[in-house]
Amino acid sequence: MILAFVEDPVDELCQQAVAFARSLGGEVQAFGIEDGAGYAPAAWAQTIVELAHERSASAVVAPGTDRGNEILAHVAAKLDQPMAANCVSASLGDPASVLRVRWGGSLLEEARVHGSPVLLTSAAHAVAAEPIGEVEVVPVTGALSELDQIVRVVQRIPASTAGVSLTDADVVVSGGRGVGSAEGFSVIEELAALLGGAVGCSRAVTSAGWRPHTDQVGQTGSKISPEIYIACGISGATQHMAGCKGAKRLLAINPDGEASIFASADYAVIGDLHQVVPAISAEIRKVRGT
Amino acid sequence: MNVLVCVKRVPLTGGKITLTPDEQAIQTRHLGFTVSPHEECACEEAIRLVEQHGGSSTVLTLGPAEAEEQLRDMMAIGIDGGIHLVTDGGEWDPQATAAAIVGAIGLGSTEPYDLLLFGNESADAGNYQVAIRVAQALGLPCVNGVKAISVAGGQLRCEQEVAGGRDVYLVPTPAVVTVLEGINLPRYPSVPGRMRAKRKPLVASEPARPAATLEMVRLVLPEGSSKQAEVLGRGPEAALAVVAMLQEIGVMSR
Repeated sequence: MILAFVEDPVDELCQQAVAFARSLGGEVQAFGIEDGAGYAPAAWAQTIVELAHERSASAVVAPGTDRGNEILAHVAAKLDQPMAANCVSASLGDPASVLRVRWGGSLLEEARVHGSPVLLTSAAHAVAAEPIGEVEVVPVTGALSELDQIVRVVQRIPASTAGVSLTDADVVVSGGRGVGSAEGFSVIEELAALLGGAVGCSRAVTSAGWRPHTDQVGQTGSKISPEIYIACGISGATQHMAGCKGAKRLLAINPDGEASIFASADYAVIGDLHQVVPAISAEIRKVRGT
Repeated sequence: MNVLVCVKRVPLTGGKITLTPDEQAIQTRHLGFTVSPHEECACEEAIRLVEQHGGSSTVLTLGPAEAEEQLRDMMAIGIDGGIHLVTDGGEWDPQATAAAIVGAIGLGSTEPYDLLLFGNESADAGNYQVAIRVAQALGLPCVNGVKAISVAGGQLRCEQEVAGGRDVYLVPTPAVVTVLEGINLPRYPSVPGRMRAKRKPLVASEPARPAATLEMVRLVLPEGSSKQAEVLGRGPEAALAVVAMLQEIGVMSR
């Protein structure tokens, strides 16, 4: 029996986690946790520890999301067993073998997992989502220590919903070190506005204080999946590419024809963004007759 | 408030990763090194908390002799002292890393820590679990993925970004908190800061490495993502071709 934890609501990443669990072979039971008092990672982990024991689970799988990784790490810590986060593929056995993500996806690692139950989270988009079928709803266990109950969400502050969000935008126009200054982003903002898109940036830009971290695309920023990503003056460091590899198409604008971003680009313009980007904006206005 | 921050030395990978011939590590012959980004922010947060509430900050790393560079870098921006758990450079898995950190609590300081800060995950291995294991072993609460920390009424108020807003946690100290880049903008070291860092206390010890339970076999480069980009032009004259492409893919409709 393999247990597959899913979040509420069950999203695509949870459906992928269940599909990943099925790829291990054997019976898979998808389950969610019901806790009227709100999210509490250690309490939910204790619930999973008891469920895994009760069902003699050979493996427990969770989605490689913030909460999936957090809960399963608590399970691993409580059981003093290894856990492999963000696996692309796995086969059970003694030891289990996994292929897992490093460097936000820029590198993979083959590893052996020595322990039981085998604790794995599935990397986003490693396997296709599948219909889950029935999800067992497991009430949070009553046998909680005081420590298990300390960390709990006590309040949700709703986000302000102004503008197009980076993660939902169909078009993201992004600037890197090549933009040169905070003021230099006016041309990026103009093009993004014309296309109804969002403005992004690289880590070099946030480190320089030109843009807020909420605009950062990358391994330690937002992971985006627009129809097109327009990267202006961005060299293409692995840290950055880990955040935009979900884009359907990539247009790179860079004066250096040897820049590594061109190796990941679908379209290339070799030139200075300060000339190219305003020219694109002007051409859009001309085509629209505005 | 006494704060311990745990950091990891990682290579600055640049545009392309290449592996050593034995596939056990990234080829770093031509690379510089840094602290994982989330952890650099954890250090900045520790410095700010000590500036506001008093106490002292300590930075800890488990890594090769060369990792002293990262400890001194963090002392240069304002961390007060360091603990170096010296390794031979090989991989330590998360259980072994957490055990070594737990064993090092108490080194270099006689006062207990009120807060243990970590990055949410390391830039390289990304195991997402060392802080949680340390918290479990020490019997402390652990809040993950935090984007804001404040001290209120003897408790820590931690905010986490989630879909649809921010979730708030209130926890007593001592506690373990993992942070994400964006919680602050780390300061740059000053020249006097660099000079002072050389004289700050650094305690070293050499823990023994237990057998790995999450055992790395080898590193693998993902399937070639190398594309042949279609060159739409050079300079501003490319605008015509760019707009034609944007129309073709259907993002010009509004």
